[in-house]
Amino acid sequence: MSDTNTFTGKVWVLGDDIDTDIIIPTEYLALPSVEDMKQYGFSPLRPELAGQIQEGDIIVAGKNFGCGSSREQAPEIIKALKVKCVIAKSYARIFFRNSINNGLLLIENSEIQDVVKEGDEITVTMGESIEKDGQIFPIASLPDNLMDIINAGGLVKAMQKRNGILQEG
Amino acid sequence: MGYTLIEKIIKKNIGTDHVEPGQIVTVNVDRVMIHDIFIPFVADKFEEMGFQKLWDPDKVVLIYDHLVPASAVEDIRHFKIGDAFVEKYGLTHVHRSDGICHQLMTEAGYAKPGDIVFGTDSHTTTYGCVGCFSSGIGYTEMASILGTGELWIRVPETIKVVIDGELPPNVTAKDVILRLIGDLRADGATYKALEITGSTVDAMSVASRMTISNMAIEAGAKACLFRPDEKTCEYSQVSLSDVDWLYGDEDASYCKVIQYRAEELVPVCACPSQVDNIHPVAELIGTTLDQVFIGSCTNGRLEDLAVAARILEGKTVACKLIVTPASRKIYLEAIEAGYMKTLAAAGAIITQPGCGLCCGRAGGILCDGEKVLATNNRNFLGRMGTSKVGIYLGSPATAATSAIYGKITMPENIR
Repeated sequence: MSDTNTFTGKVWVLGDDIDTDIIIPTEYLALPSVEDMKQYGFSPLRPELAGQIQEGDIIVAGKNFGCGSSREQAPEIIKALKVKCVIAKSYARIFFRNSINNGLLLIENSEIQDVVKEGDEITVTMGESIEKDGQIFPIASLPDNLMDIINAGGLVKAMQKRNGILQEG
Repeated sequence: MGYTLIEKIIKKNIGTDHVEPGQIVTVNVDRVMIHDIFIPFVADKFEEMGFQKLWDPDKVVLIYDHLVPASAVEDIRHFKIGDAFVEKYGLTHVHRSDGICHQLMTEAGYAKPGDIVFGTDSHTTTYGCVGCFSSGIGYTEMASILGTGELWIRVPETIKVVIDGELPPNVTAKDVILRLIGDLRADGATYKALEITGSTVDAMSVASRMTISNMAIEAGAKACLFRPDEKTCEYSQVSLSDVDWLYGDEDASYCKVIQYRAEELVPVCACPSQVDNIHPVAELIGTTLDQVFIGSCTNGRLEDLAVAARILEGKTVACKLIVTPASRKIYLEAIEAGYMKTLAAAGAIITQPGCGLCCGRAGGILCDGEKVLATNNRNFLGRMGTSKVGIYLGSPATAATSAIYGKITMPENIR
C-alpha cells in the first residue's frame, strides 16, 4: 500500500439513521450552489458542526446513514466540507451510490463506534484497516473501478477522463 | 453451494461461477428506462460527461408518463428536451402516451426474466414480477450507463418470504405486500433483495406479483423477485427452457426467512403518512372519504379494474371516484370487457393512462383536511395535493367497496 492510501483524521461522532434532511434540509436545496449550502450541513442536528469540521476530518456514524430522499446534494455537502471519509455501520442504498458517484469515500465498519469518541484521531489504510491507539479493525476493500470513480472526483469526472482517454486513443 | 435467484442472475450476467453478498461487481445492463421527469437531467449529464453516442440505442427506453398530458406550461420543456434527445441519439423505444413506465416495461417486453434493468425511478423494482433484477438509480448514473452500458452494483443479501395457503376471498396481493412492509418497516430490506415464494404467490397472476414487486422499495428493497413459471412465460413471451435456471436453490444462503399463512391475512390499509403504518381495515371502518383512486403502476391493471367493476356493478358512488388505467392496452381491454361502462355508470371519473393522481401532478389533487383511499404505492405528506391530505393505501377491492359508501368499508369478497 502506498502512502496515499493511508490517512489520519480527527473524528466527529454521529448516531444512527442520519437522514438526508439532516445532512442538508430541503429548504436550502434551492440555494445556487453546494458551496452556498454547505454551511447548513447537519444543521437540524448540530447547527455548529459545519463550521467546526476541518479538512481531512472523518465522520463516524451508526446504521442507515443517508436514509431518506435521493438528493445528490447530501454527499456533495459532506464532500464540500472536505470530510475525508465517512465510516458507518451501514448506508442507505441510494446515498451509498450517490456518494461514490460524487467522489465521497464511504467505509463500512461496525466496531470502531465502540472505541472512538469525538476528537480522537484514527488512521485508515484503504482496503485494509482502521487503527485507533494500536487497536486494528479490518475493513473491506473497494474494487478498483469504484476507487477510480472516487479518485477522479466523481462519476461525471471519471467519465470525462474515460472519454478523454478514448478520444486520445 | 446454492445461490439465491438474484445471485444467479448476477453470476450469469458477469460470467462467473461464484458471487457473494457484499461483493461489488460491474454488470452489463440489458435495458434502461428513463421517464419524462428526469430526461432533462440525464441529457445534461450525458453531454457533460463527453459522450458522443449511446452505447446501444436499442437498449434505451424513454417513457413520458408523469406529465402526460401536460398540465403546466413548464412540463412541455421536458417533452421538447426528450424529443431532441431521441432525434439526436437515435432512440427507437419511445412512448409518449401509452401508459406508466413500470407497466410498459414488462408489458411491451423490454424487461424479461433473467435480465438486469435500471430505471430513473424508485419503483423500478416492479420488473421482479417476471424474475428480472431491476432497480432504481439516480440521473447521473443513468447518464453513465447510456455511454458505457455498465453499472457497478453490490451483490445484495436476500430475504426469503414464503407465503403458503389460500388467501381469504377479500384479501389481495396488495394486502399481502402492505402487511409485509408493515412487518419489515420502511428500512427493513435496505440493500437487500426480496425473493417471494410459496403456494400463494404460485397461484397469483403476473399482475398480482407486479403489485408486490412494485411496492418492495417501500421497505427499502433493492429488488423483489419471483421465480418465473408458465404464466410468466406466456406474459413475457419466452419459453420455459429460457427461464428454468431462475430459482433460488434450497441450500442458498438467505439472511432472513419470513413465513406467512395466507389464511391468516386480512384486508389492510397503510394509514397517513407512512407506508409502513399498517392497520387492518376492520379498525378503520367508517373513516369518511372525500375521494377514492383506483389506478397507478401498483394497481391499475385489468384484474384491478375487473374487481372494481364487479363491486360497483349497478351501484352509485358516494364520493368522487377516479379510475386511471395503467396503460393504453389495459384501457382498451377494459373497454372491451365492459368494465369502463360499468365504472362510468357508477359515477367514476375515468382518466387517460399515466401516473395521474399518484404523483400529485393532476387528475384529482386534494387539499388540507381531505381524505383519500388510493390503490397506489406512497402516502407521503404532500404526494396527492397539499401537505395535510390524509392518504390511505389499500386494495382495489377495499377502494371500490369504500367508494360506494364514501367511507372506509370492509371489502366485498372478490373470489
